[in-house]
Amino acid sequence: MISRNFSAAISGGKREPISNTGLLLSITICTFIGMYVLAMLIWGGGFLNPQQFLDIFNNNAFLIVISCGLTVVMIAGGIDISVGGITALVTMACVVYLDDHGGSVIGSMGLALGIGAAFGLVQGILISYLDIQPFIVTLAGMFFAKGMTTIVSVAPRTAVHEAFVAFKQFRIVIPGIGSFGKSGNFIPAKIEIGVIAAIAVVLAVTAILKWTRFGRNLYAVGGNKQSALMLGINVKRTKFYSHLLSGFLAGIGGYVYLLHTGAGNASNATAAEMQAIASAIIGGTLLTGGVGNAIGTLFGVLSLKNINNIVIASGLREPYWQSITTGLILCFFILLQSVVLALRGKGSFNQQLPEWLKFRDKEDSKDLTS
Amino acid sequence: MDNGLKKFSRSQLVVPLFSLFLLIVFNLIRDVGFFSVIVTTNNEGNTVLSGNLISILNGASELAIIAIGMTLVTASSGGQDISVGAAAAIAGSVFVRVLRENQITMPIILAAFLAGCVVAIIFGSFNGTLVAAFKIQPMIATLILFTAGRPIAYWINGGATPTVSSSLLNYIGSFIPGIPIPTPIIIVIIFGVLVSLVLRFTNLRLYTQAVGINERSARLTGINAAGIKLLSFMILGVCVAISGSIGVSRIGLINHETLLLDIEMDAILAVAIGGNSLGGGKFSLTGSVIGAYIIQALTITLYAMKVSSTAVKAYKAIVIIAIVIISSPIVKEYALRLRGRLLGKPKEVTENQ
Amino acid sequence: MQEGIVLSMHRICKAFPGVRALQNVDFTLRKGEIHALMGENGAGKSTLIKVLTGVYPKDSGQVYISGINREITVKSPQEAQNLGISTVYQEIMLCPNLTVAENMFIGRGNYRFVNWRSMEEKATEILTKLNIPVRATQQLVACSLAVQQMVAIARSVDMDCKVLILDEPTSSLDESEVAKLFSLMRELKSRGVGIIFITHFLEQAYEISDRITVLRNGELVGEFEVEKLPRIELVTKMMGKALDDISELQNRKASNINTDTAPVFEASGLSSAGGARTFDFKIHKGEVNGFTGLLGSGRSESVRAIFGADKITGGSVKVEGKNVRITKPKDAMKHGIGYLPEDRKQDGIVEDLSVRENILLALQVMKGFFRPFSKAEAEAFADEYIRLLGIKTASADTPIKSLSGGNQQKAILARWLLTNPKYLILDEPTRGIDVGTKVEIQKLVLKLAEEGVSVTFISSEIEEMLRTCSRLIVMRDRKIVGELTGDDMTQLKIMHTIAGEAAQNG
Repeated sequence: MISRNFSAAISGGKREPISNTGLLLSITICTFIGMYVLAMLIWGGGFLNPQQFLDIFNNNAFLIVISCGLTVVMIAGGIDISVGGITALVTMACVVYLDDHGGSVIGSMGLALGIGAAFGLVQGILISYLDIQPFIVTLAGMFFAKGMTTIVSVAPRTAVHEAFVAFKQFRIVIPGIGSFGKSGNFIPAKIEIGVIAAIAVVLAVTAILKWTRFGRNLYAVGGNKQSALMLGINVKRTKFYSHLLSGFLAGIGGYVYLLHTGAGNASNATAAEMQAIASAIIGGTLLTGGVGNAIGTLFGVLSLKNINNIVIASGLREPYWQSITTGLILCFFILLQSVVLALRGKGSFNQQLPEWLKFRDKEDSKDLTS
Repeated sequence: MDNGLKKFSRSQLVVPLFSLFLLIVFNLIRDVGFFSVIVTTNNEGNTVLSGNLISILNGASELAIIAIGMTLVTASSGGQDISVGAAAAIAGSVFVRVLRENQITMPIILAAFLAGCVVAIIFGSFNGTLVAAFKIQPMIATLILFTAGRPIAYWINGGATPTVSSSLLNYIGSFIPGIPIPTPIIIVIIFGVLVSLVLRFTNLRLYTQAVGINERSARLTGINAAGIKLLSFMILGVCVAISGSIGVSRIGLINHETLLLDIEMDAILAVAIGGNSLGGGKFSLTGSVIGAYIIQALTITLYAMKVSSTAVKAYKAIVIIAIVIISSPIVKEYALRLRGRLLGKPKEVTENQ
Repeated sequence: MQEGIVLSMHRICKAFPGVRALQNVDFTLRKGEIHALMGENGAGKSTLIKVLTGVYPKDSGQVYISGINREITVKSPQEAQNLGISTVYQEIMLCPNLTVAENMFIGRGNYRFVNWRSMEEKATEILTKLNIPVRATQQLVACSLAVQQMVAIARSVDMDCKVLILDEPTSSLDESEVAKLFSLMRELKSRGVGIIFITHFLEQAYEISDRITVLRNGELVGEFEVEKLPRIELVTKMMGKALDDISELQNRKASNINTDTAPVFEASGLSSAGGARTFDFKIHKGEVNGFTGLLGSGRSESVRAIFGADKITGGSVKVEGKNVRITKPKDAMKHGIGYLPEDRKQDGIVEDLSVRENILLALQVMKGFFRPFSKAEAEAFADEYIRLLGIKTASADTPIKSLSGGNQQKAILARWLLTNPKYLILDEPTRGIDVGTKVEIQKLVLKLAEEGVSVTFISSEIEEMLRTCSRLIVMRDRKIVGELTGDDMTQLKIMHTIAGEAAQNG
């Protein structure tokens, strides 16, 4: 009942009942705003400082980018856990390229995108055309990427390439917003270049998902693979492109990471794939496929990271509290999704199909419908 | 005989056994003495066996035990538990905490292990409840504990990485005086025998497979499907506690960050390499255990080839992909069709699909 | 090809291992006609459609479609669609998480970007033209089943289909929804679309179609104009020589029902979360009763409630006069109740397990988790029942999924017979299996009753119910609306009771 009234309120004048995508998205946005406002009221201080808000973006721009990739894959009913590994590999490869091989900034960008796309290409082919479970393929992808990172260089490297360092240290000042320092001087709020890239990716993925044929096919494939096939959609190609896009975005994510830290390190972006999955889930993407969007994922990342600030503000400074609260918040959102969808009676899109149309790969369809 | 051979050629163990065989042959060609077992005397003056074969068998112990539990979870729920590493860290921490607060004697070690077991079963039940009652996909449900598990382990020992030293603990982690075989190998054998007895004298296999293949049918024949799923997560809890305790005993300290790091990935791989479908249903524990030894053998082989420990992953990935490509139904079908065309045989394969 | 004919199929043959599904079947569809394709289960209707839509390759025969001057070979459903042959299944093949408009246009034509406004406008236009009561912006999952079906039809129509196949579209619709669907079909007919209408409902076939083609045992019985074919003749044509078996069976229906003792099973006010509304029911020792009614009338839901398959929300249950609690299948099994579910694939078989394991499953569960059967015991039990029921399988180790439908059903039946039940519920045991096995199962039911087992028998084929049951409970809209025994048990009487007041109007 509550959800119905709530959805009516959200959709405003229109009589259309809110879609699952819309409902989960609004819950996430409301939770984030509510959380932040509460934090401002209770702890004030840092939360009132615009820079602290923008730092969530500055510190996590790469996570936003790779989470968008995961959103795309998850909407189509797949999974990609190689993104963290690719991120690490990209940072290391770019630093070595810039410093040891006299590369240019543009060249390093090309290298980053190339590595990401190559991973996406191979993984996409294996998953969609050879019908191998995405979890295994991308797990191998992660191992390969992490292993390759240490093969490129075991020791962590910091970029010293002049043009790159200048590029990395470039900050965009947001006019009119800022805080006052101890001596009363005005410190304007700044964002890094990576944030621009992240926002651009979010907007681009949102547009792809909403307005392109490929984007809508993703939803169809994730919603019901058999139906999608019957409706004339090339399911394999759609899955392939979803993994290609995810790999490509992981390449961008790696470069954004490098722009933030300026260092290549095998331990970069450790467990980032799990954080990205968590962000997508909190943002309202269903792992069963067919539901989700990039704006939600953005708020998923923001919520996840804002929790850390709140935990620190509330005095639990030991680092393990952050992970424990992250787990709790994830648990909350997972249960919330499960309950909300069960209440709406539309949790699973498993329409009954005639037996003769069922796919041979039982594993996959089970994943989709159970 | 011919019939038996045919049956074997269709068994899911073909690919894993063949892979293991290839690894062994490769190593023998590279170095004839690769698998030779040497009798030496260790620091404590015990006569012990050593060599690559022993280190493969010894090193894979934790993985083999967890792979058994992971196979059951996979079979019943059609998904995987990615929190086993974190849960092992928790169980190991509880183990150490109990040991630290008591004079270490054999009963205390047993009590500490049981305490770890209970805690691991509780966390397993948490995962199992989310999966069985709330119908959340296993990977997502266990993502929660994956995220929060190691921090919880850290908190159990008050934010430290304490050491426990005792010769008794050493017996578990390395050798019992007078027995030349590393204790973890013996534990795996005992556990394996126990599990096969359980499978022999209960309907665990039948129920688990029925639930994994068709949950609705299973329920309508009176099987408590949710209960079986929960049970499989609890059994995995026991496996995790055993592995966690072995891991702690090996080095005599608990490091919540590194204890059985990434073992969830290796365990899932072991299940898949063992020829089990990650979508649940029929399963072979033998396959998974072989899978675990393949992974360890591969790792040891790579070390022997002077590949650095951090780069091992990349080579492992290539081998894994090769194995899954070989066992992919599409590739198999294509290979059979190719063979059929080359030998001019009528194709009879499609009938069985 | 003759003027006015959109589709003609000549001497189509199709065989599966051991079964001749189609033998020299001809089928002709004219422009702007609604052509009912009728026959009992297993007559070959669905095989014919699958051959036409490219799901199965045909063994021999020719297919022609208007506009193409040569024989066509359809290799896939998509290719069929491109040729103008669209199929709307009872189970809807659309994406529930997309909007109505998207479902109408996705996967078609050449575009890269989605223009939502023009797509929705176009969709609205088609929907209004066809008088389909739905907004283009609605999510499909929020629409009723009937509307979803109409959306699927609208999609086909917009794809310029010449041949529209409706595969049992009305089986899960209520009367008003059927009326809406029919008016849409008439609208399409007036536009010149040829419609193949597959249905089990005689009334509906007579109401809407121009012509009827009857199949039986994979052979063409004939093509008839509706006006010239009296109903009783249609029924005999569909049933064919199976009539002999009927008379034989009917004679044996002598009941040895013992009503003196307490009923074997008695429920009062039983209801379930699965959709069974409060109902009372009892069955005596050795009785065969039936639940009848249209699909969705609540007959399956009621027996599921008896077995505890769905969550029980109210009511009390007595077994042999004693109050018992049945909340889950295992409770029912402990009290000697067996249940053969309606959906064999989804609820009955465990696909990858062997025939032996499938047969033994229920008995094993009753024996207990910690007491598995020894290999010898298991083999003895399985072999006995494989022999007893004549299950055709390569060995007891064969996975059950590789058996034919009829043999799978026998294995499930064996599963329950093995538990030695006092009360056996058979929900559609004869659906989708060959005629021979059907008669065998019917005979088995009567034999069980003679031995004192109570049986509840459900079938969509009323004739079959009349043959086996001594008492019929008629359901409509999830309520029991009548109980027929003895001489009242005639097809006409049942039809009237099922239809209720609607019978007078129609």
